[in-house]
Amino acid sequence: MAEYKWPDADKRTFIGKRISRIDGPQKVSGRAKYSFDINRPGMLFGRIVRSPHAHARVKSIDTSAAESMPGVKAIHVMAEPGKPTAELNWVGASVVALAAVDEPTAEDAMRAIKVEYEVLPHLVVDTDPKMAGEYARPANENKLGDPDKGFSEAEVTVEGMYGLPVITHCCLEPHGSVMEWEGDQNVLAHLSTQAVTPSVAAIARPLEIPATNVRVQQDHVGGGFGSKFGPDEWDITAARLSKKAGGKPVKMFNDREAELMVAGARPSAYARVKVGLKKDGTITAWESQSWASGGLGSGGSPPLPYIFNIPNQRRQHTAIVNHIGSARAWRAPSHPQGCAITMAALEDAAAAIGMDPHDFFLKNIEMTGQRARIYEDEMKIAADLIGWKSNWHPRGDEGAGPVKRGLGLSIHTWGGQGHPSDCDLIIQPDGSVELKMGTQDLGTGTRTALNIVVADTLGLPMDKVKISIGDSRFPPSQGSGGSTTIGGVSASSRRASLDALDQIFAKAAPALDAKPEDLEAAGGVIRVKSNPAKSLTWAQACSKLGVTPITVRGKNPGPGKLTDQGVGGVQMADVSVDIETGIVRINKIVAVQDCGLIIDLKTAESQVYGALIMGVCYALYEEKIMDAKTGRMLNPNMEFYKLAGIGDIGDLVVHMMTGKGYDERGVIGLGEPPVVSPGAVISNAVANAIGVRVPTLPLTPDRVLAALEQKGGK
Amino acid sequence: MRGFEYANPTTKEQAVALLGSSWGDAEVLAGGTDLLSLMKDDVVHPKRLVNIKDIAEFGGIRSSKSGLRIGATVTIQELIDNAQVAREYPALVGAARGITSPQLRSRGTVGGDLTQRPRCWYYRAGFGLLARANPSEEGGESLVLHGDNRYHAILGNSGPAYFVNPSSLAPALIAYGASVRVYGSKGSRDVAAEKFFVLPQSDNDREYDLKPGEIVTEIIVPAQAGVKSATYEVRQKEALDWPLAAASVALKVSGGKVTSARIVMGHVAPTPWRAAAAEQALAGKTINEQVAQAAGEAAVSGAKSLGRNAYKIQLARVAVKRAILEAARGGAR
Repeated sequence: MAEYKWPDADKRTFIGKRISRIDGPQKVSGRAKYSFDINRPGMLFGRIVRSPHAHARVKSIDTSAAESMPGVKAIHVMAEPGKPTAELNWVGASVVALAAVDEPTAEDAMRAIKVEYEVLPHLVVDTDPKMAGEYARPANENKLGDPDKGFSEAEVTVEGMYGLPVITHCCLEPHGSVMEWEGDQNVLAHLSTQAVTPSVAAIARPLEIPATNVRVQQDHVGGGFGSKFGPDEWDITAARLSKKAGGKPVKMFNDREAELMVAGARPSAYARVKVGLKKDGTITAWESQSWASGGLGSGGSPPLPYIFNIPNQRRQHTAIVNHIGSARAWRAPSHPQGCAITMAALEDAAAAIGMDPHDFFLKNIEMTGQRARIYEDEMKIAADLIGWKSNWHPRGDEGAGPVKRGLGLSIHTWGGQGHPSDCDLIIQPDGSVELKMGTQDLGTGTRTALNIVVADTLGLPMDKVKISIGDSRFPPSQGSGGSTTIGGVSASSRRASLDALDQIFAKAAPALDAKPEDLEAAGGVIRVKSNPAKSLTWAQACSKLGVTPITVRGKNPGPGKLTDQGVGGVQMADVSVDIETGIVRINKIVAVQDCGLIIDLKTAESQVYGALIMGVCYALYEEKIMDAKTGRMLNPNMEFYKLAGIGDIGDLVVHMMTGKGYDERGVIGLGEPPVVSPGAVISNAVANAIGVRVPTLPLTPDRVLAALEQKGGK
Repeated sequence: MRGFEYANPTTKEQAVALLGSSWGDAEVLAGGTDLLSLMKDDVVHPKRLVNIKDIAEFGGIRSSKSGLRIGATVTIQELIDNAQVAREYPALVGAARGITSPQLRSRGTVGGDLTQRPRCWYYRAGFGLLARANPSEEGGESLVLHGDNRYHAILGNSGPAYFVNPSSLAPALIAYGASVRVYGSKGSRDVAAEKFFVLPQSDNDREYDLKPGEIVTEIIVPAQAGVKSATYEVRQKEALDWPLAAASVALKVSGGKVTSARIVMGHVAPTPWRAAAAEQALAGKTINEQVAQAAGEAAVSGAKSLGRNAYKIQLARVAVKRAILEAARGGAR
């Protein structure tokens, strides 16, 4: 029986190498089909009439004019007067959906629908919990150790206020689907999703059909970031419209405005923090009063203090329930918020005692627990890559001219254990190989990683392995979220490949006059380990199967330690700030990250580059700007919902921790961790440059200038 | 987007005949980079679009001793690519370079830059040009005043309009003393670029001096012999982003002293804003950091915050200062 482990470094052909993603050419040439690109014969176009009010109750809906319009094929009321769904809790909430033969007809029909609303009071602003009134939900205070004693032992106490606003996921492919009925019992869903397999049940349940009758397909997804874990109400509605229209496919995707208003948001987080410390840098106590909003679901509380397990703590959190749209998981849920607040407060504490934050973090590194040594190693590498010791200066660049330069640092953590994943590996007598798995490639390179694992294990070139994913008819694999995919899918496909190889060895052994356990697969042949000249080509070996292909089910979890959890990362940033304009420019960001054994170094690095770019965006630009009076999002577009362009991201340097001490842990997920620190490192670097903390992200000119003005006034 | 009729005239006479006599009948389509967004957002819904890109005489750049003539359908990229324009009109091309989107540069036109509608987010959300809570009600208070006005006007902001003029090129054209040629059913007329932009009094007004049925056909820029000029934009991003404040400066300097100055700010007021006090502050002076700083101060002496946009006063001050210093550093024609 196979030994379930990853190959040793000298036995790896593809694993851990820099390999370009196999679907790259398709994607850059536009041939890759996203669910948004799906167009079916006879397809109808779905549209949704949305609430113009942040909080209202639907009193009546008159669809008669729309119904009689030629080309309108189905109408479905989503907010039924008199029922609980009639209460609408954000601008953009769904009221009525319809499907028509083309988009202009659908939009004309929307305008023909008359809705009467009873407007109710709303709250959309969250910067001051006192203003929230009845919408504030304070939780009990939490204590750890003896905070009073901790603060009395402190020689210096540093107070500050920090925060991050609500931001949106801003997926480039908006949420939506093409839904169609095949007969009156089967539904085919082309969904834009992070979770192909789990979406089956989520579609079947509201439609009241057996899950066996639902098929979900998706080749590529244009971003999810935690906001696409299943069908949304508009996808279910598309299926209902399709049924009403006799099964014709209905295409229902958000436009950009709706995407930014209703398809998910990262909760805000704000906190007043007090840190107690000794003059030698030892942290003695933490106190925080935090608040956050994430729509009606309140959004959870950020982990404070983040990573540093300060011995004496007093914490209190208030959730603000408001009318801004629903919060959804956003890449490393709660961590960027907890990290930005904690690392800024700690950096302010270091500045208050005139200590280099690099030394301050190391001084307290034991508080980070089991990954302390990893952080120390990573800190050394990051400091070298950014020239910390030669470029760092005490807070406030004293140089001439309006452009000030500064450095900042931060650390972060994440889990990343591989999730449950099944696959079928099929080997045909002609030697062709296919892996089928109901997973999805979230853009992280899952297809490529699977190809690498199977080809490396079977000793085949990568192009001799076919990877089939993105279909719920394939063996179930969990949704891609929480950095769980790579650990799960690499483990199940490795196990399947090893088991399949056992079967091939058994068939090939007699022809090679050897025992199956004496064989190995490498370079496209099955050969005797002790005498590599004795070999069969892969095709010759597979021909021993006769006429019956073999199918091997691979599973995770399973035997052998192929995946693990728990990573640490260190980031450092070098920024320039024009103190006359308040404009922040990124010079360089260094990211040092571990994630166990890396399957594809190139796509792993890409994950980190992407995270840093996303981090620059939320550190400098992104904000879901809400209008207090109208309750609307004011910037649901790509001109005022600002994202970085290539000229805004600076020089990004990624260093992956690999080799001894890392590889033997097995494969660990990577999507989340590198996006945790950028807000903190950039904020810290700006404070170092200009000599004052800009309390809240994003670091826009108005906020930077306001902080400078306050500093000047002191 | 609502359905519309598409017309493709090849002469200006045909175009004007197709435009009709009231706003809402028809819109002029050049690059379409703004118009199509407005139509998709249902802010405007013309019955007809009149494409003017096939009218040959609306295109082309001509440079002569007396100055520059830029056709209305010249793209931003064509302007940037014209070496002579870049050399002789650096404030204009500097402003064009501030449009950092390759798509907008390739598609957007000079005429469109001048006649694009305000980016005010209340206007774009359907609250009308004057951004009132109830657009159908005359005289209601603007949402800008009690809302989020971080991108709104700091000058000329006593109402009824509070948006900022979005044109990238207008400040430079005004600094150069350019004029806008307009064609309508009564023939051609020239309007000084400075007078072309007006403060609307109702949601149905336009923020520029065009009547229904009129088209901008070309821009005439007088020769800038001996003029030093520059544009400075404060933009948060390198990638496509609207300036938070901008200034274009055209200076004549003799014997090291400023003999004449024209300073125009963009993105600070409902119209491009001529900074007369800043111009006076430079008169007879030798340009240096202190003089430029003083002119910047003078430029914003009448500015006032609407609540969330006080920072823009500082940005406008810096834009004027830096544009003056850059112009003074640059060689005169």
